[in-house]
Amino acid sequence: MATPVMEAIDQTQSPPQGPPRPNVIYAWLTTVDHKKIGLMYIAYALVFLLVGGVEAVLMRIQLAIPNNHFVSPQVFNQLFTMHGTTMVFFVGMPILFGFGNYLVPLMIGARDMAFPRLNAFSFWISAFAGLLLYFSYFGASGLYAAGSAPDVGWFAYAPLTAKVFSPGHSTDYWTLAVFLSGVGSIGTALNIVTTILCMRCKGMKMSRMPLLPWLYLVMASLVFVAVSPLTAAQIMLTLDRYIGSHFFDTQAGGSAVLWMHFFWIFGHPEVYVLVLPAFAFVNEIVPVFSRKAMFGYPAMVAASVSIGFISLSVWAHHMFTVGLGPVGNTFFVFATMVISVPTGIKIFNWLATIWGGKVIFATPMMFCVGFLFQFLIAGLTGIMLSAAPFDWQLGNSYFVVAHFHYVLVGSILFAIFGAFYYWYPKVTGRMMSETLGKWHFWLFIIGFHLTFDFMHVPGLLGMPRRIYTYEAGRGWESWNLIVSIGAIFQAAGILVFCYNMVRSYYRGKEAGHDPWDAWTLEWSTPSPPPAYNFAIEPTVNSRRPLWDLKHPEDPDSDYE
Amino acid sequence: MMNTSSTIPVAGSSETPWTLPYRGTIGMACLILAEAAIFIIFVVAYIFYIGKSLSGPTPAQVLELPIFGTICLLSSSITVHFASSALRKNNLRGCTAFLAGTVLLGAIFLVTTALEWHHLIYDKGLTIQTNLFGTTYYSLVGLHATHVVVGLIMLTLALLFALTGHLKEEHEKKLEVLSLYWHFVDAVWVVVFLVVYVLGR
Amino acid sequence: MLVLSVTFAIFLIVGGLLLYALIRYRHRPTDSEHEPAQIYGSNQIELSWTVIPILIVVMLFLSTTRVILRTEAIPKPDNTMDVTVIGHQFWWEYRYPKLGIVTANELHIPISDKASPKPTYLTMSSTDVSHSFWVPRLAGKMDVIPNRVNTMWMDPTEPGLYLGQCAQYCGTQHAKMLLRVYAQSPEDFEAWVKQQQKPAQHEFPGNPAATEGQTVFMHNACINCHTVSGSAATGRFGPDLSHLASRDTFASGAVKNTPENLRKWIDNPDSMKPGSLMPPMHLNEHDLNVITAYLTELH
Repeated sequence: MATPVMEAIDQTQSPPQGPPRPNVIYAWLTTVDHKKIGLMYIAYALVFLLVGGVEAVLMRIQLAIPNNHFVSPQVFNQLFTMHGTTMVFFVGMPILFGFGNYLVPLMIGARDMAFPRLNAFSFWISAFAGLLLYFSYFGASGLYAAGSAPDVGWFAYAPLTAKVFSPGHSTDYWTLAVFLSGVGSIGTALNIVTTILCMRCKGMKMSRMPLLPWLYLVMASLVFVAVSPLTAAQIMLTLDRYIGSHFFDTQAGGSAVLWMHFFWIFGHPEVYVLVLPAFAFVNEIVPVFSRKAMFGYPAMVAASVSIGFISLSVWAHHMFTVGLGPVGNTFFVFATMVISVPTGIKIFNWLATIWGGKVIFATPMMFCVGFLFQFLIAGLTGIMLSAAPFDWQLGNSYFVVAHFHYVLVGSILFAIFGAFYYWYPKVTGRMMSETLGKWHFWLFIIGFHLTFDFMHVPGLLGMPRRIYTYEAGRGWESWNLIVSIGAIFQAAGILVFCYNMVRSYYRGKEAGHDPWDAWTLEWSTPSPPPAYNFAIEPTVNSRRPLWDLKHPEDPDSDYE
Repeated sequence: MMNTSSTIPVAGSSETPWTLPYRGTIGMACLILAEAAIFIIFVVAYIFYIGKSLSGPTPAQVLELPIFGTICLLSSSITVHFASSALRKNNLRGCTAFLAGTVLLGAIFLVTTALEWHHLIYDKGLTIQTNLFGTTYYSLVGLHATHVVVGLIMLTLALLFALTGHLKEEHEKKLEVLSLYWHFVDAVWVVVFLVVYVLGR
Repeated sequence: MLVLSVTFAIFLIVGGLLLYALIRYRHRPTDSEHEPAQIYGSNQIELSWTVIPILIVVMLFLSTTRVILRTEAIPKPDNTMDVTVIGHQFWWEYRYPKLGIVTANELHIPISDKASPKPTYLTMSSTDVSHSFWVPRLAGKMDVIPNRVNTMWMDPTEPGLYLGQCAQYCGTQHAKMLLRVYAQSPEDFEAWVKQQQKPAQHEFPGNPAATEGQTVFMHNACINCHTVSGSAATGRFGPDLSHLASRDTFASGAVKNTPENLRKWIDNPDSMKPGSLMPPMHLNEHDLNVITAYLTELH
């Protein structure tokens, strides 16, 4: 028997958007409001997305033709180091934390995060870390030299990072920036977990929580056990570089392999830290645009949690070529293949959610469809790479680069774009343009496939990653050219996206509080939500409280 | 379904009383989890490098069991527990006394560590640069000592609040969170003790 | 291979279903206003798509394990050609301990046929940072790591030149740390071995430039990093030059071994391989010429 649901009308008017007052900047700098901090996270990540994108384009120009002299080897090595570090630590993490910050309290019916001031602290320390990393271009020997940006690769294998092989301060910028970003990440993760466990509104049991907070819970818990080891390893590296300890000093008997273990104990779970929020966005968007409830909610939760656990035991699949011995290799092959089971469950559940629905192809859904296909392919090339013998051939080649960009761009970035189009109306009160959105989608997906489908091929032909140039005559030229052309399409797509965001902010259609006819709590507040989120603390009886409101004759609470 | 004003669901009948865990406890548990991961990495590095130093001195030559410091630190865990249970019973004087005891015991532990380091550096010539043992030993013990220092600062603050009469019964949960951290620091010491002074020798 | 076909089959099935669902269940303007039927899950279906992937994974795992054991766990036979590979920033050093040969960047190995197999066994380590030895058409890659000895073997049956390169980022010139493996018939290989085992030439009758070049070479910093067997040059930081002229390339396969290139290289290595650890020697024109003459005589 359904509990009778009542509703409270929130009469709050959205605060009028007057001309910016001088104290606006001060208000943003000192805010502890989870929505503002979330937006700052996102804005900051978008800036770095553009920076990292420019770095990618520069690299593609260099590699478009063999024996190119567009940039010097030193600059190229800095570009891929900065690109990798930026995209993982200063785009991926902050943008996902930003969405988490904005959405988690709204979706669980809370008025703010558990520790608002810690939240601001974490953001600002992460922001500082990003600026510190980029200060390396200007710092030390000054702007003219522009030569002190780190150039050790984003996984900075020891002993290349030792003072002997990397004199100067470039690696110090890298290690300190990553260390600080780790501190910020742990702080925000702590906040997210605590918010989810301690701030849910009445009636929202864990089993009624929307999937997005669930996945953020798993993601944030993973941050503790994944980012902390990296932070510890950075402390060791800093000690090595500054006071002459010998953790990774091979000349004093230290081990280069130890760093690899420490880095990848972080590195692989990190992939799941990034991909779980992407799953979370898809989990919210696919049901709404299929007009159906999520298929197999308990299975989705179980799959997410088990992904979290298994992801902790797969790291050494990055090290199949290190010579771990047959036993070690076999174990990590097994763990890596096992993780495809819960991942597969998720794909099947999304498929089943779409099955029998009425799929509306609005821009958020289109990006999710792109996500589904690309994630499927990424998962399957992942299974191939998980077989160690394949990896002996393909590891550290362009095949791997293509594979993980399929995950990071084809899956995560697509889901993030979907999330932008989906929640933009909530954040600004205005819709994003559908026409421009479709342009963005098609440009980006064409560019994506040009770049990353064809990038697999030179890898198969023996092209290793991180080379600043290559000789003609090994069959790599035409593939690299296509890959570089794809980059142009992607860049164009991003520009359309940026224009769309700015334009829609001023000229977009008024959204109202619930433009997608969705079912979770964030759509029950005005757009943009007031500082206190909910005028009255909500109470929920099911996983889809707004469905219950809209369909009092057939509420979800009857089925749970 | 385009309303101009939004509707928030509120239930008619309130169900069983709605209680959620205290956020300080959860936050501290998360912090402990993250810190534990950091310590695990340092411990793994220590164990990995046991016996791999290219030159002396070795742990067996220079390390002595820090029994006294260990007893002090472990008993401070008990006193901090008594302090927070005294506060729960609104026994402010008892709480203050136990807090003072905890700070004292923690400080004694730090002094023993400092003396040990002084002995190692000046008498035995072992620094963090000497060999892999020095590197892992100072960093692991130092990381733990840093946590003791942080804990001591917090405890001292609590003690000051207690002495000035600002510590009230309603702060009981906060003190509990602090004591949780202190227990963690002690538990780490047990691991460090076993790894460095028992296994490593 | 099994993994490939299984993953491709999964892609076709799941991708096809997804495409079908998206087209079949798209929202049509003619649809009724009602929401579609809400289905919350089904234990049987979910169980089936948990169990079936598990079975597939177990199958793939077993087949992969077999390959791993076949490649990694076989004992080393007695009749191997043993080579020690030492990675440097940014070149390769090869030592044939049984034959007493030291060379650089161009690895010569015998081919083996079914009747008399002669696999090559590589023992690998690095003097500085991590590298990775990768010749795609001969074998998988194996990392070359300081303070650690890795082994791998290869067993080509077709003579020819196999190209590869360092596959682990190792610094500025990682891109030009190329690998050249010459797989040779037993006779050709034998001839190469004979030639490499000869001591380096020290008398150059009828070539005064080379003789003078030898003197200049021995009185410059060259000898700190390079070895020429039977001379004062015993450095090990750079490649062994005893038989430099017998190699097709230098600078780790990045540059063709011609006198002009060699001269340019000695004058300023950075112009050909920026970031190379060989310093410019600041020699005058004459010294450059005679040193080049000397080095081109080191057959």
